[in-house]
Amino acid sequence: MTTITLRRSEAGTAAVSPGRNQAFRTATGGLINRQRPLDFSFDGVRHLGFEGDTLASALLANGVRLVGRSFKYHRPRGILSAGSEEPNAIVELRTGARREPNTRATVAELYDGLEAQSQNRWPSLKYDALAVNAFAAPVFAAGFYYKTFMWPAAFWEKFYEPMIRRAAGLGRAANAPDPDTYDKAHAFCDVLVIGGGPAGLSAALAAGRSGARVILVDEDHQLGGRLLSERREIDFRSGADWAQEAVAELESMSEVRILSRTTLFGVYDHGAYGAVERVSDHLAVPSAHAPRQRLWRITAKHAVLAAGAIERPHIFGGNDRPGVMLAGAVRAYLNRFGVLPGRRVAIFTSGDDGWRTVADVAAAGGQVVAVIDSRSSVSPNLRREAEAVGARVIAGGYVSGTKGHLALKAIDVVDTYGSSETIACDCLAMANGWNPIVHLDSHLSRRPVWNEVIQAFVPGALPSGMAAVGASAGRLTLAECLKTGAQAGAEAALALGFAAAARDTLKTDPEGIAHTPLWRVAKPKGKAFVDFQNDVAASDVELAHREGFRAIEHLKRYTTLGMATDQGKTSNLAGLSIMAELTGQAIPSVGTTVFRPPFTPVAIGAFAGHHRGKEFRATRHVPSHAWCEEQGAVFVETGLWLRPAYFPVAGENDWMQTVNREVNTVRSKVGVCDVTTLGKIDIQGRDALALIERACANPFGTLAVGKARYAVLLREDGFVMDDGTIARMSDTHFVMTASTANAAKVMQHLEFCHQWLWPDLDVQMVSISEQWAQYAVAGPHARDTLRDVIDPGFDIGNEAFPFLACADVTVGGGIPARLFRISFSGELAYELAVPAAYGDAAWRAIMQAGSQYGITAYGSEALSVMRIEKGHAAGAEINGQTTARDIGLGGMLAKKKDYVGRLLKERPALTDPDRPILVGFHPVDPAQRLRAGARFLAVGASPSLEADEGYMTSVAYSPSLGHWIGIGLIRRGPKRHGERVRAYDPVRSADIEVEICSPVFVDPKEEKLRV
Amino acid sequence: MRIRCSHCGERDNGEFSYLGDATLARPDGMEADAAAMYDYVYLRDNLAGEHRELWYHGAGCRAWLVVTRDTRTHTISDVSPARDVARTRRTGEAA
Repeated sequence: MTTITLRRSEAGTAAVSPGRNQAFRTATGGLINRQRPLDFSFDGVRHLGFEGDTLASALLANGVRLVGRSFKYHRPRGILSAGSEEPNAIVELRTGARREPNTRATVAELYDGLEAQSQNRWPSLKYDALAVNAFAAPVFAAGFYYKTFMWPAAFWEKFYEPMIRRAAGLGRAANAPDPDTYDKAHAFCDVLVIGGGPAGLSAALAAGRSGARVILVDEDHQLGGRLLSERREIDFRSGADWAQEAVAELESMSEVRILSRTTLFGVYDHGAYGAVERVSDHLAVPSAHAPRQRLWRITAKHAVLAAGAIERPHIFGGNDRPGVMLAGAVRAYLNRFGVLPGRRVAIFTSGDDGWRTVADVAAAGGQVVAVIDSRSSVSPNLRREAEAVGARVIAGGYVSGTKGHLALKAIDVVDTYGSSETIACDCLAMANGWNPIVHLDSHLSRRPVWNEVIQAFVPGALPSGMAAVGASAGRLTLAECLKTGAQAGAEAALALGFAAAARDTLKTDPEGIAHTPLWRVAKPKGKAFVDFQNDVAASDVELAHREGFRAIEHLKRYTTLGMATDQGKTSNLAGLSIMAELTGQAIPSVGTTVFRPPFTPVAIGAFAGHHRGKEFRATRHVPSHAWCEEQGAVFVETGLWLRPAYFPVAGENDWMQTVNREVNTVRSKVGVCDVTTLGKIDIQGRDALALIERACANPFGTLAVGKARYAVLLREDGFVMDDGTIARMSDTHFVMTASTANAAKVMQHLEFCHQWLWPDLDVQMVSISEQWAQYAVAGPHARDTLRDVIDPGFDIGNEAFPFLACADVTVGGGIPARLFRISFSGELAYELAVPAAYGDAAWRAIMQAGSQYGITAYGSEALSVMRIEKGHAAGAEINGQTTARDIGLGGMLAKKKDYVGRLLKERPALTDPDRPILVGFHPVDPAQRLRAGARFLAVGASPSLEADEGYMTSVAYSPSLGHWIGIGLIRRGPKRHGERVRAYDPVRSADIEVEICSPVFVDPKEEKLRV
Repeated sequence: MRIRCSHCGERDNGEFSYLGDATLARPDGMEADAAAMYDYVYLRDNLAGEHRELWYHGAGCRAWLVVTRDTRTHTISDVSPARDVARTRRTGEAA
C-alpha cells in the first residue's frame, strides 16, 4: 500500500499550533483552514474548531466523545461515521426559532458561534436518569410496544403515550415560526451525476467534455468524496489534488453546473429527481435575501449514480460505545480533518481495506495498539506494516466486547484459539466491508441484487437512462471508480448525440479489497447493536426469529430495524445477515427491504418553499376590492377568493347589525354585490346547445335568444354537481355561470363532456371568469340605478327587458357590457358584467348612480341571508350527497333527453320517498336562535341514530321576518308542513322545537322580481 | 412523473389531474339501460400492466388526454388527445 504525503492546508505561513483545547488536533495536515479558528459550543461548553470542520470533527478535536443518548436505552453514544449515514451523533443545532432537532453532527459544517445541544437525555448527558432503561432492557426488547402497552386501553392516551414520548423522544422542534426562507428551483440537464467522488467526477468530466449539459450534485461542501479522506494517488498526485483539478476543469465548462452542499434525496419516474441544497446552513444566519435551503426539481435525460458506499460495522458486545467507529471514518478524521479520534487505536477488520487505517494512524501521530482481523490468513505485507508501527496482529480473532462507561477504555479480544484478553485502547476502528448505496435506485421499486464478490447488495436492473458506477455499483477500487465513471459519462453523452471526447487513462496506487465479512461475532459480551439509532440489538433479531417474525418486512416492523431517521444505512444488512444465519438461508434468499425518499431527512420548510402563511396559495381579489378596502369592508376567504363579507358603517358595532341593514336596504331600496367570483364559461359553436342539453339536467331546447335560465348539472352517479345560469346571447353563443367553489370543476367537466363523451359536437368553450367583472344590483330601485350606468338607448324597462332577459349593452359611452335580469335575492335584480379592467370604475359608477336611492354595498353575508329567505340551495345543500329531488328541483328535470346523471339518479335509494328533502324551518318560539347542523328528531324521541330524521343545512336571522329561519333536509319534508320537530344540537347545547314550513320565506309568489 | 402532452410537450405531472380508465364508453342515449350505466360509473379493473387512462391538462392546454401507462413501472408508451381517440372509436363503432 503506497502512502504519500499530502500537500494540505498550506495557507499558513508558519506552523500554527492547534487552537486552545484542541488536544486531539494533529500538528499539521487536513483540509482545514488553521488560520480561521471558529468558536462553538456543545451543551453550553465553548470550544474551538477550524474552518473546514464538521461539528463532529471539531468535537473529536476537543476530545468530546460522548455526544448523545440512545433512543430506547439511553445508552451513551458517540460518533460512528464521518458522513450522512450517522446513526448516533444526532444533536439539536442552533437555538430559539432556528433550533433544529435530529441533525447529524457528522455533516453539520462548523461556523463561528455554532451552538449545539445533545438530545434525549435528562438531566444531563453524563448523568442520564433514564439510563435505568438499560437495566430494564428485557422489557424494551423487540415488540415491546405491542406487548407492554396493550392493557388497559384507556391508559394509552393519558399515560403510556406521554411517558413514551418523554422517554424515547428525539430532539425538540423550535417553538417559534421558522424565521428563514426557503426557495424552490427547477433545472433540466442531459446528464445528472449524483455524487462528486472519483466516479462522479470522472463521469461529469467525460460527459462535460463531450458538450453535454451536466449537473453534478454532491452532499459535501467540497467535492472529492473518499478522495478527501483517504491518502490515495491518481496520476502521481494526491487524490484530493486530482479532485481539485477535476472540479476546476468542470467549473470552466459553460454547460456544467455543480451543486455542492446538495443532497439528491429522491428519484422519481421519468427522469425527475428531488434535491435539497443547503445554501446557508454553514452560516450562522443566511445572508440578506438568501434562502436557508433550496429545493431542486431536476429533470435529466440520463443519470449517473455515483453515490458511493457505506462502511459496515461489526456486531459485537458494546459496539455502540463512544470511541468505536467505522474505520473509514477514523481515516476521514485523521486525513481530512487533522483529528486523532483516539491516541491508542485498535483496528477490527475483516478485509484488507481496514489495514489502510494502520499507516494513517501512525502518520498522524497516533499509536496502533492492535489489529484484529477476523480472517485467519492475512497477507504478510499487511502484517509487516502493522508490526513495523508496533501494533499487535491478531489474525482469526474478534472483538467480543468493550469496556469504559462513557467512552471506550479497552476491548475484549478473543483469539483464534478461543482465549480472550483485554487490550487497552481509546478508539476502535471497525472495517467489515462496504455496502453500495442502493437507496436511490430502489426509489423506483427496483430491488437490489446480491453480489457474491463484495458480499453486498448492488443495484439491480436500472431504469433506462440510469447507470450506476464506482462504489455505488459495487466497483469498490479507486481504479474501477475512475474507469466506470468515465465510461458511463461518455456513454450517456454519446447516447444523447454528443461527440465522444478523448478519455483519460489514470494511474492509481495499488489497492487490495480482499474481504470476508464477519456478520456477527461468535460470543458477544453484552448487547451487540445492529441498528444504533433505533437501539435494535442482535438479540432482538433473535427474538423476532423465535416469535416467528422471520420475513424481512416482518422483522423490520417488529424490531423497528432500519426504521429510524437514518433508514438503516449502517444496519439493514447486518439485520438480514443474522436472520439469514438463524433461518439457515443465504442472505439473498432472505431478501431485502427497499428504501423510500428522502435519502436523508429534508426540512418540511424546504418542501413548502415560499408557500407559507398568506403565500400558502394565491389570493384572488374581486374587481371592487380597492373600493371595499377603502370602505373598511370585512373580508372572508372563499377558496382562493377574498370576498367582502359585510360593510360596517359608523355606529355599527355588531356584524349582524350591519348585515341586517344591508338586507333591509336591498329589500326596500337598492344594493350592489360583487358576484365576480362566480365561474363564467363562454360556450360557442353550432352544437353549443347540444352540449348544454347533454350536460344539464333541465331542458334548454326552448331557451330563446336573449333569455337566461337556471341550470342544474348532475354527476353521472345522479347527485347534483353544481348549479348556475345559462344565458343565450345568440343562436350559437351561450354564457354559463357556475358556483364560486365549483368553477374549475364545472369547466373541466364540460371539457370532458365535449372532448371525450361527445367529440363530434362542433363547440368551443373558454373560461371567462377572469375577464369579466360581474355585479348584482338588486332592490326596488335597481332599474333606476342602472339606467344611469347603462348607455342611453338600451331599454331595460320591464316590458322590453323582463325577468330572465339578457342582452349585450354598453356602459360609460361604448364599453361593451352584458346585462342579465336574474335574481338570487328575490328582488328586482340585474347582473351587469363589464370587462374586468373596467370593474373598479363600473362599481364606483353604480354606487354613484344609486346614491340618490340610498344604495348600499352588500357582501356575502347579506347575500346568504337573502338566499335563505328565498330558500335557494347553495353549497351547504349542494354538498355532493343530495339529488335534484332532495333540494326541491325534481320538477324541473328533463324527461325527453339524455343527460349526464339521468339514469343513476333513479336508483332505488335516491328515489326513496322517505329520503330527506329540503324544506324550511322556523322556531316555535320566535325568540330562539337556530343552528346549522342541528339534527331533526320527533318531539319526545330520545336522540339516537335510528331516530334521526335529517339536519338543518343553513340558518340566518331574517330581518325581513324578525326571527331566525332555516332550511334543511328532513324525511318526507314537503308533506310535513306545519309539523313540529326538535332541532337537536348537542354540540352547542341547543335543543329547540321548530316548525316545518315552505323553504321560501319571503315573497313566495315571486312578485317582486318580476316588476 | 412526466407526461408528454400532445399539445404542450413533456410536462410535470403536477399540471395534470387524473380521472381513470379510458377504455370505458358511456352508454349513450335514451335506450341505455341503468345496469350498463352502473357498470360504466362504478366497475373498474385493477390492472397490473398497460393501462389506458384519462388525464386532464388543467394547468396547461385543458386537453383531455388518453395516456397509456404501465401501472407496474409507470412507463408511458403513448399519449393521445382524448378527442381524437374518442372520434376514432366512434368511427370504429359505426363501421
